[in-house]
Amino acid sequence: MSRRRLRAVAVKELHHITRDARSLGMALAVPLMMLLLFGFALSLDVDRIPTYVYDQDQTSQSRELIRQFRGSRFFDIQAEVDDYAALERAIDRSQILMGLVVPRDYSRSLGAGRQAQVQILLDGSDSNTASIALGYAESLVRNYSLSIRTDAMNRRGGERLTQPIDARLRVWYNSSLESRNYVVPGLVAVILQIIAALLTSLTIAREWEMGTMEQLLSTPLRPAELVLGKMLAYFVVGLADAAIAFLVGVFVFSVPFRGSLVLLTVSTCVFLFGSLFWGIFVSAAAKTQLQAYQMGILSSFLPAFLLSGFVYTIGNMPVVIQAITYIIPARYVVTILKGIFLKGVGLTVLWAQLAFLVLYALVVFRLATRKLNQKLA
Amino acid sequence: MNHNGTAVEIHELVKAFGSFVAVDHVSLEVSKGEIFGFLGPNGAGKSTTIRMLCGLLTPTSGRASVSGLDVAGQPEEIRKNIGYMSQKFSLYDDLTVEENIDFFSGMYSVPKALRPERKDYVLQMANLTERRGAMTRTLSGGWKQRLALGCAILHDPPVLFLDEPTSGVDPLARGAFWHLIHDLAETGHTIFVSTHEAEYCHRLALMYRGKVIALGTPEDLKNGLSSHILLNLETGDPLETMRALEGVEGVSDVAVFGAGLHVTVYDPASGPARVRERLGARQIAVNRLERIQPSMEDVFVAMIEAEEKRAA
Repeated sequence: MSRRRLRAVAVKELHHITRDARSLGMALAVPLMMLLLFGFALSLDVDRIPTYVYDQDQTSQSRELIRQFRGSRFFDIQAEVDDYAALERAIDRSQILMGLVVPRDYSRSLGAGRQAQVQILLDGSDSNTASIALGYAESLVRNYSLSIRTDAMNRRGGERLTQPIDARLRVWYNSSLESRNYVVPGLVAVILQIIAALLTSLTIAREWEMGTMEQLLSTPLRPAELVLGKMLAYFVVGLADAAIAFLVGVFVFSVPFRGSLVLLTVSTCVFLFGSLFWGIFVSAAAKTQLQAYQMGILSSFLPAFLLSGFVYTIGNMPVVIQAITYIIPARYVVTILKGIFLKGVGLTVLWAQLAFLVLYALVVFRLATRKLNQKLA
Repeated sequence: MNHNGTAVEIHELVKAFGSFVAVDHVSLEVSKGEIFGFLGPNGAGKSTTIRMLCGLLTPTSGRASVSGLDVAGQPEEIRKNIGYMSQKFSLYDDLTVEENIDFFSGMYSVPKALRPERKDYVLQMANLTERRGAMTRTLSGGWKQRLALGCAILHDPPVLFLDEPTSGVDPLARGAFWHLIHDLAETGHTIFVSTHEAEYCHRLALMYRGKVIALGTPEDLKNGLSSHILLNLETGDPLETMRALEGVEGVSDVAVFGAGLHVTVYDPASGPARVRERLGARQIAVNRLERIQPSMEDVFVAMIEAEEKRAA
């Protein structure tokens, strides 16, 4: 490996990068836009569920129940209606997600000590939100009915009743359970993976298409020098992208940063090496720039987005798919970034993930060099 | 480097792509300081041969050595000792003249102390000193081609391989380019060039369908055609004349050339007489009929036709 040739390649690539202002702008703007779009849009939080109420009972008891819903931050009672048709229309038009119906005999049943019933209608076309809303509604109704019973018993006198078990909940690392805190660090990893592969996916295919590869091959340049030199040039861009993404995460999305900045930098660098090498490998394997670009997107975006566990929990996937996720580098970075950002854990916990990323970078470097060597013969 | 002054030595070289034999048992030698031209129609195997000599392709069989280095066994050493200019312009369009030079200077690991000197030499040679900061894409064909040559000789390689270096360049720039090539040859560089411009070369090989069918100096090749007499024939109706001369004894070929025809006959005495006789019989007026010196192109056409007749 000659350092002179390595440097010459890296300098030449940097010239290409800085000359092509539009591509460079894209390379810096795209991750920023993706992060903002996904960061704001990909909220998994469910609160202020739009709700209509149809109160057939119209008694003080029914109004008390409705007040419980009004008092919860999870529900937003937008209107009271007086027939089912109005509820149905609102659900069809996606104006509301939930309808609460208090039947005519609600207060009578309560007064007679019978079990009173209320109806909750949910828009199941968004099953995820519906099931979360269902959980909130159920627990609200259950708590309320429990308090009615204890009140009634206490009024009857005797021993004061308390609930037998009281769970004291405390959520670690993301105490407000904001999905943004959980989504953004993973998102940064996914975006870096995509952008890194895209940055380098054109670079070798372009040399073949322009005929410059032939000239390079007639010089003493070795494939390993070409691959490494190109990677180093694009690494500068990748690192700038990473810095932008982290700053936006911390300052725009207010994601807490609890871990070590050094560990974050080291693991980001190692991850970028691997992802950039992957782009070069794809580029060396492809026949045209277009093909390289498509292969680059497919092979980075899909696995990083779906199989990294950044939103879709790996534990819920079929066993075969779970096995596949082990060879997806994004999976390890997502774990590392969440660990550093949210948990503040260090190398003692994350060493295995980091070791995998190092191994991945080395293997892909070897693959890219091998692929180039094959093409030369 | 080499005891007997041979720069390139090829022995029974073969390159096959599947069942297609692109280079078919080619053998030749090129001396140091020689401008060796490779001629032949497209697809004859010229580029394939050059690419094997540069270590860009592995030979299927046979041997070749450049500056005494084995092409198949020492490709890395070879690359340090050659300059190569491919058919297609292959410098970086989005780099300046100087950046291209610096890049290739790095590729060839030109020693630090020599770098400014070599760069100035190349800039001067290519007449680009004043345009050193210009973006390469803004240069015209002739400049680009000289820059490409310059980048290929930054490390002062003993042997240069040029693949159709003058294609797509205007005639004036072409002349200037060949002038540079001759200067290089005079300073002891060996130049192996595939081209259509035979007159600039010291020695030539004519390649056809993967084989070398003729080898020698331009004069040798022209004289080798002594069994063929070339006649320039002008008549009122070239097409009718061609038809009339079909099957005339002693006439081997009739080809349209400019406004007239080139007729190849075997015998200098009876040939023209037979042509006149037939045209008279067909009442075609002969405006001009004279013996001419064959051009290099005529020589190749005749040789290729002879080769095809032999194969048939």
